[in-house]
Amino acid sequence: MAALRLQNLRKSFGGLPAISDVSLEVAPGERRLIIGPNGAGKTTLFNLVTGDLPRDAGNVILFEEDVTRLAPHHRVHRGLARTYQIITLFPKDTLEHNIALSLLGLSKLRWNAFRSFDADLYVEARAVLARVGLEHLAKRGIAEVAYGDKRRVEIAMALAQKPRVLLLDEPLAGLSREERATVKQLIAAIPREVTVVMIEHDMDTALDMAERITVLHYGRVIVEGTRAEVVADPKTREVYLGH
Amino acid sequence: MRIANLTHGALFMLGAYLGVSILKLMPNLWVAALLGGLAVAAFGGLLERFILRKLAGNILGQVLVTLGFAYIIADLCLVVWGGDPIPIPTPEFLQQPLRVAGFAFPAYRVAVVVLSVLVGMALHLLMERTRLGAMIRAGVDDMQMARAVGIPVSKLFTLVFCLGAGLAGAGGVIGGPIMSAYPGLDADMLPLALIVVILGGVGSLAGAFAGSFITGFVYTFGVALFPQLAYVILFLPMIFVIAFRPRGLFGKFAA
Amino acid sequence: MKLAALACLLVAFPLVGGEFYVNLASQIFIFAIFAASINLLLGYGGLATLGHASYLGVAAYTSALLGLKLGLGHWIAAPAALLGTTLMACLFGLIALRATGLGFLMLTLALSQVLWGTAYRWVALTDGDNGLRGLSRPFHLDDAASFYYFALAATAASLWLMARFVGSPFGAALRGTRDQPRRMSALGHNVWLIRWVSFVYAGFWGAVSGLLFVYYHKYIHPISLSLTNSAEGLLAVIAGGSGTLGGPVVGAAIVMLLKNYVSAYIERWNTLLGLVFVLIVVFMPEGVVPGVKRLWLRFASRT
Repeated sequence: MAALRLQNLRKSFGGLPAISDVSLEVAPGERRLIIGPNGAGKTTLFNLVTGDLPRDAGNVILFEEDVTRLAPHHRVHRGLARTYQIITLFPKDTLEHNIALSLLGLSKLRWNAFRSFDADLYVEARAVLARVGLEHLAKRGIAEVAYGDKRRVEIAMALAQKPRVLLLDEPLAGLSREERATVKQLIAAIPREVTVVMIEHDMDTALDMAERITVLHYGRVIVEGTRAEVVADPKTREVYLGH
Repeated sequence: MRIANLTHGALFMLGAYLGVSILKLMPNLWVAALLGGLAVAAFGGLLERFILRKLAGNILGQVLVTLGFAYIIADLCLVVWGGDPIPIPTPEFLQQPLRVAGFAFPAYRVAVVVLSVLVGMALHLLMERTRLGAMIRAGVDDMQMARAVGIPVSKLFTLVFCLGAGLAGAGGVIGGPIMSAYPGLDADMLPLALIVVILGGVGSLAGAFAGSFITGFVYTFGVALFPQLAYVILFLPMIFVIAFRPRGLFGKFAA
Repeated sequence: MKLAALACLLVAFPLVGGEFYVNLASQIFIFAIFAASINLLLGYGGLATLGHASYLGVAAYTSALLGLKLGLGHWIAAPAALLGTTLMACLFGLIALRATGLGFLMLTLALSQVLWGTAYRWVALTDGDNGLRGLSRPFHLDDAASFYYFALAATAASLWLMARFVGSPFGAALRGTRDQPRRMSALGHNVWLIRWVSFVYAGFWGAVSGLLFVYYHKYIHPISLSLTNSAEGLLAVIAGGSGTLGGPVVGAAIVMLLKNYVSAYIERWNTLLGLVFVLIVVFMPEGVVPGVKRLWLRFASRT
């Protein structure tokens, strides 16, 4: 059984193919890295998996269930979570409220329009923030905290959803060396039962985190294999070194 | 241009009233349409330059400001021209009905249709075939990029707004012999214009044309057959279009 | 404490205020419900509607017509009007929420213009420009003070329920869809359904304000369905400060006072209204309440 299987996915924007015929299989609990130069279609691929973009052809299968025709929020309820490369938080709200909205998304409470907003949600949200080492900032507004902390909130929001498959879109982008180390530790601490698929455009930063690597180039999978296999493959060099 | 403009009905009415006044001085409808259009265009240009410019990206602000001006225009028209409908005479040489294959068509209306097709074609050529049109399209699609390559986006937008306002004003004069000028003309025209745009698709000239033809047909037959429900009937094609094609018939952007 | 003081003040008002002022206060209450229901969409949902007069007007017309044409009492007419109008909001929401932003605004406007045009032209049913006369109030609330208390109670209940709605988990989700709709769906929220439910809820409170409106005036005219009426409601929300609980109430008071006082001295109410729109948008885009607060802080920090 695969945690996530993509079958012949295709997507074009106005005639320009962004993803052509991508098939992938990620095993449960696997750490998969998807690399490729800028413009290779990595984020587009994530958007097709989550349903943020409609696909032109192909299927998305989550734990043997075809979710291709499901709306994004229904896929989330089946255990799919994601973070964004461009930080997408609720800037007017506090950190704990951001996390609470994430918890609320999977709670029955979200349709309750008559009781007041539950303090329990904030308690739970602070516990999630503690996991990423941000509990002390729980009552701060998003706009007041540093960029590196926002990155961690991004991840915390996804973790709060207790996902089965977690898609991380360049979680290390724009971070300093120290911040990278913190976030890497954070990702390494994700429980094994969660399947993690991570995008990175810079090959060296993330190699050590992956078990299997897929190289995407111009919307196609050109190499796939273990870390050693991918690094040794001449096609990888070609993409990254340009000859 | 993605500016929410609710003054269009009022500009149409302003054009019609200006037409009334100009016709008193020189009895030629086409000259009146031209002058009325120019006057309204100038007004539109000022509005864009000094008010709307500051509200770029603020849809709600644009809506309220244009609505505010629509009220002011309508009220001032009431002050200047009074509350009674003022008819605009049909040009003499178009008063005889046109006979084609045994059917009689009102000549003036045929002339209006011909004129509107010509204006539509001219606009299409302007937008699609000229350098100016290409620059305008570039400015709408990606303002920053267009600016970066040296297109004077803000001047162009003022120009486009003038053109839109001017056409509304000239339309008011030319529509005069059919509808005459009266208080409330603005409110009658605005929903028609809105429905035409929604139906045809925002940012599409072909859509505006198809939309206005469908609206015109449905409205005319609707008024004749079920006068009380004309607005409901007018609205039906729009509901269908929105239900199946939220971008409108020819739209590029989601409505 | 402040709230209790305000309550005492409002309850005591008819004992000291003259009839003109008591009636004016009733009108402010009714308009405040209307503005608050627009604020649910605009302030909390980020959905700018220009068609909210539809719900006020349709509820008012339904209640009036059921009474006049079918001779039904208020006990049946009022719930029927609320239910009918809310169902209409269900349908309109399906259409208008095909779009957001400018498209949503144009669709709500177009839908309400249809109703307005129909009310004008379907003379057999609505008596067109003459409006419907000879309506009654429930419970024989014919003097100013007793209607004032009725309106006060209804307004307090409405505003309280709307505040609950905003402060609930659902309200938090609604605000989330305003700020980051894509993220909300990535968090498992059904953005479209949240908006639709809020749209219907706002429509319901619009209908409540419509019932009170027709009870107060005992008369209904197509102008209640007009763009002007929707826009005045929107103006009240923006003037007071959208996305705040008190804002629409303050805004409603400002608009009503302007309308009743200034129009007594100036004949050109529409020009004034237009100017107010322009001035508020250009100079106080965040609303009078936050705007005055900001100016006051600047003033206070100088001295």
